[in-house]
Amino acid sequence: MTGRQKLVVIGAGMASGRMLEQLFDAGADFDVTLFNAEPRGNYNRLMLSPVLSGEKSYEQIVTHDAGWYAAHGVDCRFGEAVVKIDRANKVALSGSGGVPYDALVIATGSAPFIIPVPGKDLPGVCTYRDLEDTNAMIAASLPGSKAVVIGGGLLGLEAAAGMAARGAEVTVIHLMGHLMERQLDPAAGYLLQKDLERRGIRIHCKGATKAILGKDRVEAVLLEDGTVYGADLVCMAVGIRPEVRLANDTHLHVGRGITVDDQMRTSDPAIFALGECVEHDRQLFGLVAPLYDQAKVLAATLLGQTAAFQPVQTATKLKVTGVDLFSAGDFADAPGREEIVFRDPGRGVYKRLILDGDRLIGAVLYGDTADGSWFFDMIKQGKDVSGIRDTLIFGPAFAGGPTANPLAAVAALPPEAEICGCNGVCKGRIVTAIEGGATTLDAVRSATKASASCGTCTGLVEQVMALTLGAGFTANTNPAMCKCTDHTHEDVRRLIKSMALKSIPAVMQELGWKTGGGCASCRPALNYYLIADWPTDYVDDRQSRFVNERNHGNIQKDGTYSVVPRMWGGVTTSAELRAIADAADRYAVPLIKVTGGQRIDLLGIRKEDLPAIWTDLNAAGMVSGHAYAKGLRTVKTCVGTDFCRFGTQDSTGLGIRLEKMLWGSWTPAKVKLGISGCPRNCAEATCKDIGVVCVDSGYEISVAGAAGMDVKETEFLCKAVTEAEVMEIIAAFTQLYRENARYLHRIYKWVAKVGLEWCRAQVEDPGTRRALHDRFMLSQSIYQTDPWAEHAGKPADWAPIADLTLRAAE
Amino acid sequence: MSKFIDIAALDDIPRRGARVVKTPQGCVALFRTADDRVFALEDRCPHKGGPLSEGIVHGTSVTCPLHGWVFDLNTGQAQGADEGEVRTFIVCLDGGRVLVDASFLSGRSAA
Repeated sequence: MTGRQKLVVIGAGMASGRMLEQLFDAGADFDVTLFNAEPRGNYNRLMLSPVLSGEKSYEQIVTHDAGWYAAHGVDCRFGEAVVKIDRANKVALSGSGGVPYDALVIATGSAPFIIPVPGKDLPGVCTYRDLEDTNAMIAASLPGSKAVVIGGGLLGLEAAAGMAARGAEVTVIHLMGHLMERQLDPAAGYLLQKDLERRGIRIHCKGATKAILGKDRVEAVLLEDGTVYGADLVCMAVGIRPEVRLANDTHLHVGRGITVDDQMRTSDPAIFALGECVEHDRQLFGLVAPLYDQAKVLAATLLGQTAAFQPVQTATKLKVTGVDLFSAGDFADAPGREEIVFRDPGRGVYKRLILDGDRLIGAVLYGDTADGSWFFDMIKQGKDVSGIRDTLIFGPAFAGGPTANPLAAVAALPPEAEICGCNGVCKGRIVTAIEGGATTLDAVRSATKASASCGTCTGLVEQVMALTLGAGFTANTNPAMCKCTDHTHEDVRRLIKSMALKSIPAVMQELGWKTGGGCASCRPALNYYLIADWPTDYVDDRQSRFVNERNHGNIQKDGTYSVVPRMWGGVTTSAELRAIADAADRYAVPLIKVTGGQRIDLLGIRKEDLPAIWTDLNAAGMVSGHAYAKGLRTVKTCVGTDFCRFGTQDSTGLGIRLEKMLWGSWTPAKVKLGISGCPRNCAEATCKDIGVVCVDSGYEISVAGAAGMDVKETEFLCKAVTEAEVMEIIAAFTQLYRENARYLHRIYKWVAKVGLEWCRAQVEDPGTRRALHDRFMLSQSIYQTDPWAEHAGKPADWAPIADLTLRAAE
Repeated sequence: MSKFIDIAALDDIPRRGARVVKTPQGCVALFRTADDRVFALEDRCPHKGGPLSEGIVHGTSVTCPLHGWVFDLNTGQAQGADEGEVRTFIVCLDGGRVLVDASFLSGRSAA
């Protein structure tokens, strides 16, 4: 070759900057022209976050200054964009003319995604890509101003933390269920959310942006669910896509990015590309490590040396001061993979290692990332770890120390945390009593009253004793909830309350769950406990429900379902019966049966027909009978004073009113009521979960009957004089059951554990009764809704997702 | 080379849930795990024919809704003391779309 080679580089980013460094370090002799659309040279984009938060200045993050470019004779065209590449004549054309090249490097990087919502072009909407964006956010982050960040990924969270550090009130809206879902699993995402919330950043997951509102500039963000967040600035950080417009116009081969081979060569042998704009082996690149590798390979290629780009594993760290988070490799489940999970709720530490056979292939660390690089090394080297697998998760420093502490959750409770809810006893008082000489459970009970009432906190009291007394204490062994945890149902319920755990990932993290996603036994239980304890905070998790509650019908042995409309108090009308008969005909219902709870059961409905039959029954004024629910099933009545010559009270009317109060409530197991108008007891009230027998002087309320696997007569709870009193007592008693029983225990099993005396004391005390009643009603204000109406409008969700039988026939 | 058929968007399948595809050889359940992996298994428990697509999905396992048998989504093998297996099929994700192996049309098992 004759004369100096002419090299044109389009884009002065981190990848092309590193490539030029390598080239000059090797003593290459090129005439370099460097175009950049941004009016400046190369700076360290990764460091924009510290600039945003005020920890660094722009000057500190410049990597190549004017002096460097001058020293290497680079012709800098900053603020000047290349508009066309003339491949035939090998000339790059910009606004100020053409620059000929022997080799051309496209390093145009990436462009942020703009979500196509109304208002996206309003002043005050920015992305997070370059110094201009950063300066816009700094200007808007005055103390007290409001900022909304759309996107809870790496970039969005760094933007949020930076603006929060400058005093802005920041809300992050994230479409997915947990933050940074591409780098983190749900448990680590939960910990991160907690940390950020502690810094005053509001996080809204599962939030889809509907519109950005404002007249002349941004004023607020509206979500699909109707939530509105006020905003002086909106930052969109939902992702990036390779900037390939120039490559497209040049007719280079472009997939998602500009296609390059192992030498970073595009489909034109004189044109190369690197950085976030390229696609190599169907893969895109966003993190800096592989970009630097590309720079090295391209420099070598330009120098005529042999080099090939091989993408390597990358690790992620979130650059938010005080948040320790590390993820590397592949941490998804797949055939043959196993996981090792370590949780220390007290320190907020979570570690998860993913093994494929004998090799470590992925790691997620939160709270303690000190061993991150060690694990990362293992991943990159593909070392056989079978020999050190037992202690692998403890990192390189492990030297035979103690194993994970199952008491960690209780140990982490502060002294003022309530252990015994009945008697209001906190952890500190129990510890004081133990230190004062109460070394047995009975002694603790008599000294503090802790676990002396309903007894559900016994396990926790024992754990406090074990922590305080050390090896000198052996607890009674209660069975654990399931194989995912060492805690009993009772302990989990108490800890959900005392630690204010409001989501399934929160429970699993703080209580040290041993599996990543629980099992079919604990998930429905946790979902129920969270619904019962946090009705206004928790959102029902449909995927943690058994099939019957998820599909709002009882599944039959052949996979069909049953449909049972509600008939208040067992009373119906000719119009309702006609609608039921019509529906039965329309959907060719194979069996129509009258149930023991005075309802009509339509059996054998195909899943895909459910929304349609519900729509028909809704139209006739009927709602779901919840015949499938761990919840209020039926209130069975007799005819009472209206027609019966023996009736003493309006048992039918009372039954209807009770059912209208109680329907839709979720309970630990099913709840059935019977209301009889006289002691002849035609409604069989005395074998129900709750029964009322009317007498001349009022109403006798009895509870804890059974007529299933066990048969048991109800026990007398108390007497009421007015209907209003009956309603309040039954609501209060139901709430007591909802708050205290373990999942799947019917009322009679629960009463046998806690004692009828204790239950009676609660509902007879006017203050306690009122409070229980009010809590029940609060929950009803949210959960008393007809699931048929909710799902009937979405028939597509109930049908097969695809039908290939038709396709095969074609 | 396998031929793949585009079935649906990943988001049409609920996380930790499943949807059913009708095929000439019976129903196939498409599962989506909490971390967005997709698996395809015959939608019929070998025990009593329960629809696995209606089971609770936990980790990479599903529990049959009828009698609680647990299957590994990777292998289709019953876990624990139960013995049996369901057929698995090749399924892959491409840019948010769920693609299944064309053997679905013939019902040929991938395993």
